[in-house]
Amino acid sequence: MNPSLLRTGALFRSRLRAKLRALFCARLSAFALPLLLLSGPLEMVLAATPPDSMAQRLRACAACHGKEGRATNSGYFPRIAGKPAGYVYNQLVNFREGRRQNGSMTYLLDQMSDAYLREIAEHFAALDLPYPPPQTTNASPTTLARGEHLVRYGDVKRGIPACAGCHGAAMTGVAPAVPGLLGLPYDYLMGQIGAWRNGGRRALAPDCMAEISRRLAPEDIAAVATWLSSQPVTQHRAPAASLPSKPELDCGSGFR
Amino acid sequence: MNAWHQDQGLKTDRDRAPVAHGPSAPIALGGSQMMVRGEYLARIGNCASCHTARGGEPFAGGKGLETPFGTIFASNITPAIQSGIGTWTTADFWQAMHHGRSKDGRLLYPAFPYSEYTRITRDDSDALFAYLLSLQPVERENRSHALRFPYNTQAALAVWRTLFFSPAAFEPQAEQTAQWNRGAYLVRGLGHCQACHSPRNVFGATPTRFDLSGGVIPMQNWYAPSLSAPTEAGLQDWSVDAIMQWLQTGKTVQGSALGPMAEVVFSGTQYLSNEDSRAIAVFLKSLPRREAIQPDVAPGTAGLQQDQTLGTAGAQQLGQRVYEKQCADCHGDNGTGQGDYPSLVGNRTVTLPSSVNLVHVILSGGFPPTTSGNPRPHGMPPFRQTLSDPEVAAVASYVRSAWGNRAGAVMPLDVNKTR
Repeated sequence: MNPSLLRTGALFRSRLRAKLRALFCARLSAFALPLLLLSGPLEMVLAATPPDSMAQRLRACAACHGKEGRATNSGYFPRIAGKPAGYVYNQLVNFREGRRQNGSMTYLLDQMSDAYLREIAEHFAALDLPYPPPQTTNASPTTLARGEHLVRYGDVKRGIPACAGCHGAAMTGVAPAVPGLLGLPYDYLMGQIGAWRNGGRRALAPDCMAEISRRLAPEDIAAVATWLSSQPVTQHRAPAASLPSKPELDCGSGFR
Repeated sequence: MNAWHQDQGLKTDRDRAPVAHGPSAPIALGGSQMMVRGEYLARIGNCASCHTARGGEPFAGGKGLETPFGTIFASNITPAIQSGIGTWTTADFWQAMHHGRSKDGRLLYPAFPYSEYTRITRDDSDALFAYLLSLQPVERENRSHALRFPYNTQAALAVWRTLFFSPAAFEPQAEQTAQWNRGAYLVRGLGHCQACHSPRNVFGATPTRFDLSGGVIPMQNWYAPSLSAPTEAGLQDWSVDAIMQWLQTGKTVQGSALGPMAEVVFSGTQYLSNEDSRAIAVFLKSLPRREAIQPDVAPGTAGLQQDQTLGTAGAQQLGQRVYEKQCADCHGDNGTGQGDYPSLVGNRTVTLPSSVNLVHVILSGGFPPTTSGNPRPHGMPPFRQTLSDPEVAAVASYVRSAWGNRAGAVMPLDVNKTR
């Protein structure tokens, strides 16, 4: 490799290292450290004494949920950065209480107080990180159209509310506890709706998603998942502060 | 059949007067102080952990305990009239705790550790009962146990009890201090430490004598280390303060409570009063030293067992590479740890004769329990998805034999069995 490129690279890395050390000393916001943690080899430049921060404590989470969520042969670990704090908290409690099934998650959360779960939720909610390009490309226009129609307008005849009615017109979620649905893998979306359908995933009663997932036909679910996972997310990715009108279905967790 | 006859005859006469029950009826059993003491004892005895189903109402039962003989479902011990203990008296409760029999005389399964609870005093039993009666009643029918024949018969249970159980009272030792005796009482009774920390025989019984020499927890495949052996979990060389810190916060510089012990600390020992914590510390520190038996590792063979796919040198190199990439960031380039991340040098969890705990930790990661003394713990990532069986085996073998550690290698099959 070109030696001058190597020197430039080394110079860049040492300057970056110094800059990052300065950031640690200044106890910067959660922004820099998770970006660091999500960047693979840059993990090596952590200061000798680990910083006393939530990001440091939660490196256990970044191992799977890092890189804006990630896929392995064992399944998908969804993005948690930027989800509303109330939603993340509810999911942590759901895993601990057995309303969601994942052995690894339950084991990690079993001996955690509610107060710490809340702090963890707020940490991830505060992360404002860029989204990767959409995972689904070259989907069939018919499927996309069907998915988009269900997302924006639902199906009145079958009593299926528009997704946007609860998850926000931009589908980026609503504070404090309704998640955004963009930037998630197709398989994860399919898996979660499927889990609601067969009772593998439950939310606090009344469990509106269980109801909706049963009213959706399998082709609808695939269409919605296809459209959602095709959408890019650039700016305006934060959850909406509120909804313009009352949601159609009563939900135990999203709005309480 | 003397033991059977004795077992049949033991029903104490004290306090058979009916007691009013239900949420509106006051319990005439000593008032609120007794209830407060009962609540404390319920925490130390860790009753809620078994008697509460995941996501279920507290103490309403339904949780399944896996055993080698089938699944036993914990009962509803809220004061519900139909399905709980709402119609029980203190004598009924004593019969369960001390004699291992239900109110109707039915023999109880020793998954409910009455082999240990038998030693609590009648006063403590009454206080516990008073607390349970003060709980919110929840009508939830008890689920029948799913045990294989013949373990699902009272006859088999009676034989088991004849061989392995006698009701016993705690006998303080006159030559020891009151503090030591308090510690012994808690450890041998409500703490039921022996239920995990001793070896069970093929019938699932713990030794009838006092024994904390370590044992594998059935079905969970975690090893509860010996409290007699300083190389395992023996506390003979720890200060009393350090032992107290371990019990009450779940964390010392040597490491943190993980796995089943994290649950014990989270639900139980973190609530110990300073006085009781000190008493337990004094007692455990005084246990005679007995080095552990090491059946799996012949002397001098640490690190020399052949890996089937890679050969010794290959496995060691792989282990070191995995360590440098995945572990050194937190545990240090030379295993010495930093900040909240413990040192692996001379770390007793790392060097236990049985490697199951270490493999569990690598696969599942974990957080120490949140306690008032450690409310925001640092976590270890799970490497279950990141590392293959040979990689986990290699890095486990590496840390067990590096930096002066001397413990046997780990095989990929061992890792696979623990997944």
